[in-house]
Amino acid sequence: MSIDLQTVKKIASLSRISVSDAEAQAMVPELNNILGWVEQLGEVDVTGVQPMTAVIPNHQRLREDAVTDGDVRDKVLANAPQAEHGFFAVPKVIE
Amino acid sequence: MTQTAYRIQGATGEWEVVIGLEVHAQVTSKAKLFSGAATAFGAEPNTQVSLVDAAMPGMLPVPNRECIRQAVRTGMAINAQINKWSRFDRKNYFYADLPQGYQISQLYHPIVGEGEIEINLDEKNPDAQTKVIGVERIHVEQDAGKLMHDQHPTRSYVDLNRSGVALMEIVSRPDMRSPAEAGAYLSKLRTILRYVGSCDGNMDQGSMRADVNVSVRKPGGELGTRTETKNVNSVRFVMQAIEYEASRQVDVLEAGGKIVQETRLFDPDKGETRSMRSKEDAHDYRYFPDPDLLPLELDDAFLEECRQSLPELPDAKRKRYEKDLGLSAYNAAVLTAEADTARWFEALLAEGARVQKKSEGEVAKASANWLLSELYGALNRLGRTLEDSPVTPEDGAELLALVADGTISGTIAKQVFEIMLESGGKPAQIVEEKGLRQTSDTGAIEAAVAKVLAGNADKVEQYRGGKEALFGFFVGQTMKAMQGKANPQVVNELLKKALA
Repeated sequence: MSIDLQTVKKIASLSRISVSDAEAQAMVPELNNILGWVEQLGEVDVTGVQPMTAVIPNHQRLREDAVTDGDVRDKVLANAPQAEHGFFAVPKVIE
Repeated sequence: MTQTAYRIQGATGEWEVVIGLEVHAQVTSKAKLFSGAATAFGAEPNTQVSLVDAAMPGMLPVPNRECIRQAVRTGMAINAQINKWSRFDRKNYFYADLPQGYQISQLYHPIVGEGEIEINLDEKNPDAQTKVIGVERIHVEQDAGKLMHDQHPTRSYVDLNRSGVALMEIVSRPDMRSPAEAGAYLSKLRTILRYVGSCDGNMDQGSMRADVNVSVRKPGGELGTRTETKNVNSVRFVMQAIEYEASRQVDVLEAGGKIVQETRLFDPDKGETRSMRSKEDAHDYRYFPDPDLLPLELDDAFLEECRQSLPELPDAKRKRYEKDLGLSAYNAAVLTAEADTARWFEALLAEGARVQKKSEGEVAKASANWLLSELYGALNRLGRTLEDSPVTPEDGAELLALVADGTISGTIAKQVFEIMLESGGKPAQIVEEKGLRQTSDTGAIEAAVAKVLAGNADKVEQYRGGKEALFGFFVGQTMKAMQGKANPQVVNELLKKALA
């Protein structure tokens, strides 16, 4: 698998990361190197091996249905660049 | 099914509509899917938000057992395959109402697989026109926050109270062929969810919303390109959106154009759909398994509890009302359409059987008729529902028992009922206090009969001359003279004797 300049720009745009042309150019070989390195795993024969979902055998724990959290509006809004009347205030987004 | 197929008449001939629905149903739970924040509707903005829901760094999601349980119970209610192994995936996109930058959902391994829902297209005769609609899957996912655009000239306000609330996405097969079928499917699904108790079905509060997939084709031809109309929030709007969208597509195709696969919005004021003009790559969600969550593994004991806790479902209940209680198909359908109505009716029935010392079957017809005509009529008039009915099932059963044992006539029962509605009093007490007890006192009735006959000598003459229809007139006059309290059977007997 290899990626080109266009793919790098698309990923950057999907991730909302601003990347200059020069940076994008530089990332093409970098990302390809990483992908190539990971692709070595494809050489291992995993026939009949179940995908590993956790390092130690473990089961997903479930929570009881009880209200134990919330009501911390000040904390939730503390880092907001702008908050008004208890809401986050963001640049207008409307379609 | 013998229904005439729904067709759109185009310039080039007939077109068939193909419809699939993706319904988002909010799971009834106290806390959110992955956090302990509350889910109640209508709270102050951002007060029901935990640091997990606000996607603060380092927060970890832990699934709510009840949300998983409700999804499984819903799957069982539509005879679906339940997947004992399922997994959560991240659906990545940026939007101001999604603080995580991804929605935790289930793409590859949903918790519920193939199931089906039978729809009834004729309410009056539910078994006459039925169709089975396939359900492809149900998966569990997080809801997003809410955006408000009209509070500030240049800002949108974000409320994360809804962020992280559990949703079931119920995906149908493209098995529907008319707006009516889509409407019937959505209504039936809503009924099932409310019976199961997994979603309150309040469409006006956004607890249920449908994404409507529509395409058109020449009857029996290849499937056309579909469009998806998002977030339609009533049965009527779903039907309107399909009608509009199908004829729009026919117009485009007949003018030589092509349908673009796109997301559209429904405008309820205009009854139209319009393109959302999203960016092309908006749907590149780059799903991958959520590394914060282990696969969800359900054991047999959990599944068994889910199965055991299911109530009698609407179709089974409707058939039982018809078969065991002897109700008409229509009455059975109306009484079972809402879980609340069936619950009220069954309370009325149980109490009626108890006080009259009869079987439920013996009191069923009178109970059903009274509920559907008298009580519903009164509630409509008062703008109320069964939930806040001024009359309880116990009061209703007491009233019906008074009619059944001859204490009062049906006419007087209506009067007593009116008083119950106004004062909230108990029927037996009202009958005593107002002296409404029916009389079989032959002396008093004979006197009234004699007076009526004496005052209407001309009509008596006509009756004896063969105009037998006048008998009803004499009954009416006698009852009137007795202020409605005479036993109608005794009145009939005495009148017949006097007129002979």
